[in-house]
Amino acid sequence: MSADRAVSPWALRWRRFRRHRAGMASLFVLALLLAFVAAATPVARYLHVDPYETDLLSQYAPPSPDHPLGTDDAGRDELVRLMLGGQISLLVGVLSTLVGTVIGLGVGVVAGYFGRRLDAVLMRFTDGMIALPLLPLLIVLGALDLTKLGFSAEFAHSGAAGFWRVVVIVALVDWTGIARLTRAATLALRDRDYVRAARASGGRAGYIMTAHILPNVATPLIVAVTLTVGRVILFESVLSFLGFGIVAPMPSWGNMLNNAQELVTTAPALAIYPGLLIFVTVIAVNFLGDGLQHAFDPRSER
Amino acid sequence: MKKFLLARCGQAALVLLVMSFVIYSLIGLMPGDPIDLMIASNPGATPEVVAHLRAIYGLDQPILLRYAHWLLAALQGDFGFSRTHSQPVMVVLLPALWQTCKLMLTSFVVSVALAFALGVVAALKPGGVADGIIGLFAFAGISVPVFWLALVLILVFAVNFHVLPASGISTVGDGGPWDQMRHLVLPVTTLALANTGQFTRFVRAAMIETLRMDHVRTARAKGAGEGRVVLVHALRNAMIPVVTVMALSFGGLFSGALITETMFAQPGMGKMIYDAILGNDFNLALTGLLFATLVTLLSNLLADLAYGWLDPRISL
Repeated sequence: MSADRAVSPWALRWRRFRRHRAGMASLFVLALLLAFVAAATPVARYLHVDPYETDLLSQYAPPSPDHPLGTDDAGRDELVRLMLGGQISLLVGVLSTLVGTVIGLGVGVVAGYFGRRLDAVLMRFTDGMIALPLLPLLIVLGALDLTKLGFSAEFAHSGAAGFWRVVVIVALVDWTGIARLTRAATLALRDRDYVRAARASGGRAGYIMTAHILPNVATPLIVAVTLTVGRVILFESVLSFLGFGIVAPMPSWGNMLNNAQELVTTAPALAIYPGLLIFVTVIAVNFLGDGLQHAFDPRSER
Repeated sequence: MKKFLLARCGQAALVLLVMSFVIYSLIGLMPGDPIDLMIASNPGATPEVVAHLRAIYGLDQPILLRYAHWLLAALQGDFGFSRTHSQPVMVVLLPALWQTCKLMLTSFVVSVALAFALGVVAALKPGGVADGIIGLFAFAGISVPVFWLALVLILVFAVNFHVLPASGISTVGDGGPWDQMRHLVLPVTTLALANTGQFTRFVRAAMIETLRMDHVRTARAKGAGEGRVVLVHALRNAMIPVVTVMALSFGGLFSGALITETMFAQPGMGKMIYDAILGNDFNLALTGLLFATLVTLLSNLLADLAYGWLDPRISL
């Protein structure tokens, strides 16, 4: 590329990212994983299996052409359930990160923009959240009776409620990092000339925050958001594993290990697969974050 | 210094107070309530009897009033009675707290020692082979689901090779110190491995930065041996930020301890809270969660103090 041609920052970042081997490898692994979980319905049709139908006569069947990875404790096809469970686990990872990011952006930009007392209150609150033991708190939130919160009993016991509950409670405990980063970035932007100009020409606080500040804090947040996805997938898996997250019959990589203590002796392979998939996913997401960090840091250009 | 300490203690106390109310309210939102549990074993109870029972136990009062009552009693050391253990909450909680502290401290020491060794080696030649392998290991440590790591260790060491016990804290009929230690090996390894990754990254980053500093070059220039340069001149300075971050993460070990204790059937705080929530033991769950918060807050406070003590340039 000739030196005098203008290169957009995004092209530069992509160029730097491409040189980060672990980052590129994890992008490939993540693409494979997405293909794997997306194949659930076609594979189920091809194998003629119903991943929700229990068949206690074929419990823990060994791998066979009909069931490539065997069957689980209820005689359901393990491979198809791994694919379906992956859909749920990845979806929770992305959705919960989105919700948490929105909370973090909101708290951070308001604290940074208005400063003073509001900043102090919001940041002390954030510090308090950071100091909490997260998993016990998540378990309590996961055990709450939704009917006592005014939801109908029908909704409270549906699969959808279980799913959205996990998305919301994980987001509720994992927004603090984003909030701190957003606040710091907002503090740096608040007194820039273009923001002052917008204020002088009568822009309201809400408008300035959404139109002038948020678009400019987004870029540095990309790395933090990526790493959040990994953490959220881990939170979902442990919650579902302990029985406070996604509940059967809906599979997730975490709840497929619910009866792990039994699996260890009867069908060790089934105790390995779901955890291995979580592990590979999270490590790929973390390496992706590392690659993005490299790509977004101009100092890494040598 | 004194003023700083007082301010931080005040802040921690405030967080604890707010949390006690939040947890109190959340526990009230869990399925069932004490009266439901009582009438479950006595289905003949009429609505009048139920209402009367509610009045006796004060459950018909507004939540703020109930919380105030609970807080007054708690401040005097009365945390109520555990339903599932049929004992005062404190009698159940204190041995569990001790058990958890043992697990957390041992794993913390193990992972700090491992992290320093690995982090220093990795920082000696950034981008080298050793750095690559250690980096991969560190990423694995951050990314592994702790309960699954425990599962794999159980599978390998307890089920396949029968070399270590998979659960409990001692064998019935033995229970000597050696036997107790054998029962701690797998839980401590699990918890330690899960934290070593993060810690190793801290040490590596701090060491790389310190090794570039002028005083390290001076030490080399005046002829100090490489071992002395790394261990004395660099490591000592790199330790300041690292120790603070590590101390700050000590509270975070609690989440890992909960999983580890549940997986290995260790009678600690984590398992106690988990069982209490599963068994609708409201008093025990509430007090356990409060103590978990207290442990985290205290370790953060200690981290702040350690920072000032390690770095004389910072006057608090």
